[in-house]
Amino acid sequence: MRQSIIHWFRFASPQSFYPLAGRLIPWFWAAAALFAIAGLWISFFVAPTDAQQGEGYRIIFVHVPASWMSMFIYMVMAFWAGLGLALNTRVSAMMAQALAPTGALMAALSLWTGALWGKPMWGAWWVWDARLTSELILLFLFLGFMALQAAIDDPRRADKAGAILALVGVVNIPIIYFSVKWWNTLHQGSTINLNKAPSMAQTMLWGMLLMALAFWMYSIAIALVRVRAIILERERHTEWVKHAVE
Amino acid sequence: MLNVSGLACSRGERRLFADVGFSLAAGEWLHVQGENGSGKTSLMRLVVGLSPADAGEIVWRGEQTPSQEFRRDLIYLGHHAAVKEDLTPLENLRLAAALDGVDLSESDALAALIRLGLRGREELPVRVLSAGQKRRVLLARLLTRPAHLWVLDEAFNALDVAAVKLLGDLIAGHLESGGLAILTSHQPLPVPGGKALVL
Amino acid sequence: MSAFLATVKRDLLLALRRKSEVLTAVFFFVIVTSLFPLGIGPEAVLLKKIAPGILWVAALLATLLGLPRLFATDHVDGTLEQMALSPSPLGLLVAGKILAHWLLCGLPLVLLAPILGLQFDLDASALGILTLALLLGTPLLSLIGSIGAALTLGVRGGGVLLALLVLPLYIPALIFGAGAVEAHIAGLDASGHLSLLAAMLALAVFFAPWATTAALRIALE
Repeated sequence: MRQSIIHWFRFASPQSFYPLAGRLIPWFWAAAALFAIAGLWISFFVAPTDAQQGEGYRIIFVHVPASWMSMFIYMVMAFWAGLGLALNTRVSAMMAQALAPTGALMAALSLWTGALWGKPMWGAWWVWDARLTSELILLFLFLGFMALQAAIDDPRRADKAGAILALVGVVNIPIIYFSVKWWNTLHQGSTINLNKAPSMAQTMLWGMLLMALAFWMYSIAIALVRVRAIILERERHTEWVKHAVE
Repeated sequence: MLNVSGLACSRGERRLFADVGFSLAAGEWLHVQGENGSGKTSLMRLVVGLSPADAGEIVWRGEQTPSQEFRRDLIYLGHHAAVKEDLTPLENLRLAAALDGVDLSESDALAALIRLGLRGREELPVRVLSAGQKRRVLLARLLTRPAHLWVLDEAFNALDVAAVKLLGDLIAGHLESGGLAILTSHQPLPVPGGKALVL
Repeated sequence: MSAFLATVKRDLLLALRRKSEVLTAVFFFVIVTSLFPLGIGPEAVLLKKIAPGILWVAALLATLLGLPRLFATDHVDGTLEQMALSPSPLGLLVAGKILAHWLLCGLPLVLLAPILGLQFDLDASALGILTLALLLGTPLLSLIGSIGAALTLGVRGGGVLLALLVLPLYIPALIFGAGAVEAHIAGLDASGHLSLLAAMLALAVFFAPWATTAALRIALE
């Protein structure tokens, strides 16, 4: 028992995590590329043209996975941040910091593609749809987290303050999501729902799934790249980093 | 009563000190010495539990700190004035005691202020007092809350000769009645005995 | 408990010695709500429709004004350090400070809202719902805001950062608070909105002081 705990905590030190991440990154890049090629092929050439929405609907192959990822990344970020706060493991806090820009990117991508999709479908770039609005608030939460961490000079304090903010955000996300949905149904302006794709074809589902996997692999790869950079920056005064950089 | 071992502290990338340890029994006091920037204040903040240590442990009466029991036994006076400028010395003293859960009567508070030479100043807003007088308002807390461990960081700064002697007497009395004290200062302190710790 | 009341008393006494700082937030609330009719036009139907939203957004921003001072002055003069080392639990003292903040920055808005609501041609029952919604909602704003105030304590550009952190978290309060009044004006039952506000308040009373205390201990390190 004792042995296995030590084994796991070994990777919680930046020094042993750095080379491990370095070995993993190419695999995740390769997987991301493979899934993306397959996913794009299905979504562009195999999935049939939608009877009502024409070719424009194909943007959901990016939009939906990006929305999923943005929410999921916030949860993962809060998990690592909370773990870092509870166990005082430095790599977890660095992981949370590394995930935030990717999460913000996914939220922004989801908003952007949503607007592109909305223009031909609804005739407006922006509709106060419950999902779009929640996504916008999620983007604000990511930006707040990044701004707070950037504003605090001491990395240790930045980690802990960011962790508390991420945990407060995680408690609030369901409340925000629910309240926006409630607000949306009360003001019955737009009843269109992004996910109400009428009878999704089997191939469309496959395309979306493959694209989601590609986004997953990309997010993991880029987060590992970023965490390596953060490790180097924070540990630059240590001996092992001086050796590693040489 | 107080056992400190293996304390380490770093600020940013700079290691301030490592493997600092000492122990104090009832009636003993520690004089923490060192150059500017050697980490005296950081050590004080670690001991009272404001900052977490990189390594090491602080044990008070056989229990790990920080704990609520430890705080009950502790008075820490740092660099800050720690008094509200808009309140009078009397209000400051009584409200600070109330925040600590102590009901301090007006006459007791007044007696403490008079002991510290603030007679006639107790109803003025602290803002109009001099730096040394503000310091005395803070030091009056040593008289109003019984605590076993006094941690005083540069407590003798800004005090005149009479106040230095007064504070020295207060500390000596505290030690005689079985109290403990940790003091920092560049100068020799007007308190007899004491262990020295050089950072 | 006595330490909790002592903190409230202390912060109220301090505010009494610096009245202008308290009044700023209240004046801000009055001025902002008065600006909207000037910007939009005096059409009574439209103003009545947007009144709940305007009053709530103005209340949100007015509460935000007082937040940076919640811990900053105590942090600068070192009294916060003394609170953190006090034999009383820091969470209790923090809760006292939050209550004092609400009494100073939230309660005046609740009391003023019915008067300002008259400017927007709201009828008596709508004013009642507005006041009730603000009475439940403004403590929630103080509680959530205290977390942001503690996180940004002593941080560069803390005031703006505080708004960025706190405003997204205020959205549920805004939606249910303004929604209650809107629902009432539309002839619907507002009790659902109000119970949800009350539920969020109950949740925040439990969690916010705890999170704020944790954030303060980090800021003091």
